[in-house]
Amino acid sequence: MAVIRDVMPAFDLLQPSSAADAQKLLQQHGEEAWAMAGGLDSFDWLKDRIKKPKVLVDLSGVDELKGIRSTSDGLEIGAMTTLTEIANHPEIKAKYSVLSNAVELVASPQIRNQGTLGGNVSQDARCWYYRAGWPCYRAGGNICYADTPVGRNREHAIFGADRCVAVHPSDSAPALIVLDAKFVIQTPKGERTLDAEDYFLGPDIDITRLNILQPGDLLTAIRIPSTWAGAKFYFEKVRDRNVWDFPLMNVASAMVLNGGNIDRCRIAVSAVAPKPMRLKAVEDAVNGKPADATTGEMAGKLAVQGAVPLQFNAYKIPLMRNLVKRAIGGVEEATWTS
Amino acid sequence: MDFITWATSPWGQTVPIHIAWYLIWVMAIAGLLFMIVHALYVGIFAAKKTFAKNDSPAVVASVPERVPRHSFVARAFHWVMALSMFALLITAFLPKVGIKFDWVTYHWIAGLVLTASVLFHIFHASFFLDFWSIWPDKIDLRDARRRLLRSIGKEAPPPDRFAKYPLENKFYHFVILLSGLGVIATGVYMMKRVNTFGILTRNPYLFGDMTWGMMYVLHGLAGVGLIALIMVHVYFGVRPEKLPITKSMIFGYMSRDFYLEEHDPQRWAVEKTSPPKEGYAPSDAD
Repeated sequence: MAVIRDVMPAFDLLQPSSAADAQKLLQQHGEEAWAMAGGLDSFDWLKDRIKKPKVLVDLSGVDELKGIRSTSDGLEIGAMTTLTEIANHPEIKAKYSVLSNAVELVASPQIRNQGTLGGNVSQDARCWYYRAGWPCYRAGGNICYADTPVGRNREHAIFGADRCVAVHPSDSAPALIVLDAKFVIQTPKGERTLDAEDYFLGPDIDITRLNILQPGDLLTAIRIPSTWAGAKFYFEKVRDRNVWDFPLMNVASAMVLNGGNIDRCRIAVSAVAPKPMRLKAVEDAVNGKPADATTGEMAGKLAVQGAVPLQFNAYKIPLMRNLVKRAIGGVEEATWTS
Repeated sequence: MDFITWATSPWGQTVPIHIAWYLIWVMAIAGLLFMIVHALYVGIFAAKKTFAKNDSPAVVASVPERVPRHSFVARAFHWVMALSMFALLITAFLPKVGIKFDWVTYHWIAGLVLTASVLFHIFHASFFLDFWSIWPDKIDLRDARRRLLRSIGKEAPPPDRFAKYPLENKFYHFVILLSGLGVIATGVYMMKRVNTFGILTRNPYLFGDMTWGMMYVLHGLAGVGLIALIMVHVYFGVRPEKLPITKSMIFGYMSRDFYLEEHDPQRWAVEKTSPPKEGYAPSDAD
């Protein structure tokens, strides 16, 4: 398990210029291929020599995967669109600000300039045991090193753990879930479109992957319908270092109000479970109620029901309760409680 | 091509982590090949079964029309075990061949059902059935030799009819006993690594990495072995000449004609009044 940083293992570098070619190359090389978007997750794996693909398909030259386009029912964002471009896009800022707010909080400006939306939702888990190349469940082994009596699991899951306790680290994912985004995937069998929340996989279904992409699949675009355009949005990210860090937790919500009451609402959190979690029970509970501190309080308590903390992450329960409370009741209304 | 997948532990030790998953296909193909070869052999090459028969009219007359073979309890055990075994195979191997679903909880629950039913069976068979009726005896081995010689055209006396269970049945029982106890013994320990809702307290440190690895490998080897064994069992269960035996596992009895054709009343006495031959143990009539 020697770690030789900065010296990547040899691979064939393939640089397609069209999405069709990229998908064909991924299909042709199957499990031996690695699809690289911005490279921010990929280079970690490659330089640490933990992932050793035989073929690397660099998607940076595929222009059709880049850019933000208006459609008859909202927006289509190419999977290779940078986070900076999304954060600065006028229509997204005006109508879907939960997404621009979310991606603006991803890592650092340099990383947002290079990182892509497709890469952000498709990135791998950040559990250090897994990233260090240890033979854990997620790496195909038979143990979770983080879920042991002395395992370091401060950043890990309080929901949805099934042998592996790593969380999904994406900031954009909960925003896309509350916007009811559709993910467009080119597969060997043709195009497939699915809801944002169905893109992510928990370890109960597949312990070695965080999303449904199979070898040969290519995420090409993410469509944002106009369903939630102009809604009241909320996004908050809590992290150890505010200048640059993965989330300890984040929350995104979209609400349509009618006379101060919540007409309809979607709320999702990330970094609490192995996949971004939509809080349907909370949505059902707050619909029809005023968007105030009392409703927020109730929503927060409901959100954490069933949470199972590990040795070092019980703090995530009050954190989640408060974030959900603020997402529903607003920052001014909700007082932070431990 | 390695049949074990190895990894390097955090302490630099090379440890096994599980079997290579291609063994699933190897065993499935092995089971399929066995079925094809057997079907061809029986259909084309095998001679008609002949047995030595010398039933006295009194013995024949004492055999009822419906010969009781399996009690309700024994049949219930068999089908509970069969259901749990199918559940175990489905939950263990479908995710490994690409059909993904939430399998772990269903797997260990099915494993607990299997464990409980096997423990019950051991107790039931030891104290309420004829324990030795499923184990090969000297006559089985003698007759196996005779059948082999006759099948290759050599001179040999005709074999006796079977006792309650044919020799092949006894061998199958022995092999599935080994593999079944193998998956149970390792599986119970493996439950210490997953969330069993309080049934067992998780303790990933119960063994060292090498011991855990060997446990996963043994569980996997016994598990893939069961793929072929279950395939073969189902195959024999639906073969026309074995259907009376299969039906007896459903209804509890077999016909008088089949019994007299294939089973020796003196080796498997269904009437307590039947005088056992010297050296033969009266079998249970469950």
